[in-house]
Amino acid sequence: MASETDNVAAGAADAAAAPGMPQLDFSTFGNQIFWLVVTLVVIYFVLTRIALPRIAGVLNDRQSSITNDIAAAEDLKQKAVEAEEAYNQALIDARAKAQDIIAEAKAEIQADLDEAAAKADAEIAARTAESEKAIAAIRDGAVESVKVVAKDVAQDVVASMGFSADAKAVTAAVTARMKG
Amino acid sequence: MEGELAQLGQYIGAGLAGIGSGAAAIGVGHVAGNFLSGALRNPSAAGGQTAMLFIGIAFAEALGIFSFLVALLLMFAV
Amino acid sequence: MATEAAPGEETGGLVFHPLDQFIVKPLFNPEGAVHWYTITNVTLWLALAVVAIVALFVLGTRGRAMVPSRSQSIGEVLYGFTYKMVEDVAGKDAIKFFPYIMTLFMFILFSNYLGLIPASFATTSHIAVTGVLALAVFLTVTIVGFVKNGVGFLGLFWVSSAPLVLRPILAIIELISYFVRPVSHSIRLGGNIMAGHAVMKVFAGFAAVAAISPFAVLSITAIYGLEMLVAGVQAYVFTILTCVYLKDALHPSH
Repeated sequence: MASETDNVAAGAADAAAAPGMPQLDFSTFGNQIFWLVVTLVVIYFVLTRIALPRIAGVLNDRQSSITNDIAAAEDLKQKAVEAEEAYNQALIDARAKAQDIIAEAKAEIQADLDEAAAKADAEIAARTAESEKAIAAIRDGAVESVKVVAKDVAQDVVASMGFSADAKAVTAAVTARMKG
Repeated sequence: MEGELAQLGQYIGAGLAGIGSGAAAIGVGHVAGNFLSGALRNPSAAGGQTAMLFIGIAFAEALGIFSFLVALLLMFAV
Repeated sequence: MATEAAPGEETGGLVFHPLDQFIVKPLFNPEGAVHWYTITNVTLWLALAVVAIVALFVLGTRGRAMVPSRSQSIGEVLYGFTYKMVEDVAGKDAIKFFPYIMTLFMFILFSNYLGLIPASFATTSHIAVTGVLALAVFLTVTIVGFVKNGVGFLGLFWVSSAPLVLRPILAIIELISYFVRPVSHSIRLGGNIMAGHAVMKVFAGFAAVAAISPFAVLSITAIYGLEMLVAGVQAYVFTILTCVYLKDALHPSH
């Protein structure tokens, strides 16, 4: 500790040449502490009077404006959701109406179709009946003709064989054959 | 002669005090390593504990600085 | 012993004066005496710290812009960082100490970084400076503790969760650790800064020898990077420990 007391005794006149740690040179402590306190007080006042309120204000403003913007965005989003819902509702309504219209049209067309089909069926049935009648008449006519021809042929055949044919017997025989 | 002996003792003492820096290094490594292993186990909780990491490192580091200070005092101030 | 550091007695041709950079001398008359009012290199670098803080926090934020400029956003980040630290560590009711803690933090941070400028003077490497800072914190915390809690502040030393037999012993240990706080608080900061600067100076001494000078220069570069980290971390640690002590003062129960 001898060097220290020497230092203090000699002041800091030759501090550069003196050994020892400058940190433990107590002759400079007063100076350092004085200027440090001045510095700290200045910094404290600069910060508390000017800087910190200003930064706090800016941060507050920003926070509130961000909050406002978020609220506005939330609002707009809500509106968009509502608009979408209305649109969807309209779409559903329109679809239902379209379904109705289609069903109506279908029913109308079905009715027309049914009517036409019924008419056509009736006509077809009438024509069929007529044709059947005609066919029956033709068939009857044909059978009669066959009978007459057969009778004539049988009489001729019998006559050519030299027998006189009994018209009644021939007719009966032809009729029996026609049935067979 | 006596002065030289004292000087010898000073230098040896300063060197021995320097060992403390290595010990502090071990301590700091221990703190950081344990923090890392804990952080890897539970990464979600690690973020909030970095302050504790720095405090722990500072405490371990300070003791190394004390030994350094003792070395400096022996070298320059005694 | 007075002759041991004289240049002529250094051995091996290497001349180390790692602590010369910390010498306090008058700014205008280097040979003059240092009185308490003398303008010294300490004064200069303290004033530069004030100038830097004013430049960042007053000139930098003068736009009050909603979308901040570069300097304004640095100021805002530092503000938000410190505010959150105080709130998280010391609790909501410690917010009224925020300007005080901000002052300490900004002063230490700027002094540390200004001290890293080559050929500058590191004010925070002096025990006188850090001692005053730590003592101010210690006194603040003690006074706040007693004003807020009265005698209940002594509950800080009475560990109610420990067995009754151990409590007096723990109380003594807690009491000692409480009074050691300002010492460790100040020496941690001052010692870290001094150690870093001294180590850089020692390597600078090695740079005088041609054979190892590239190694020395590389080492100085690496240590400078480390010191950049240490400067920030030590300022942060000093501040956060202040917050921790403040929390103890506001809520002394263990």
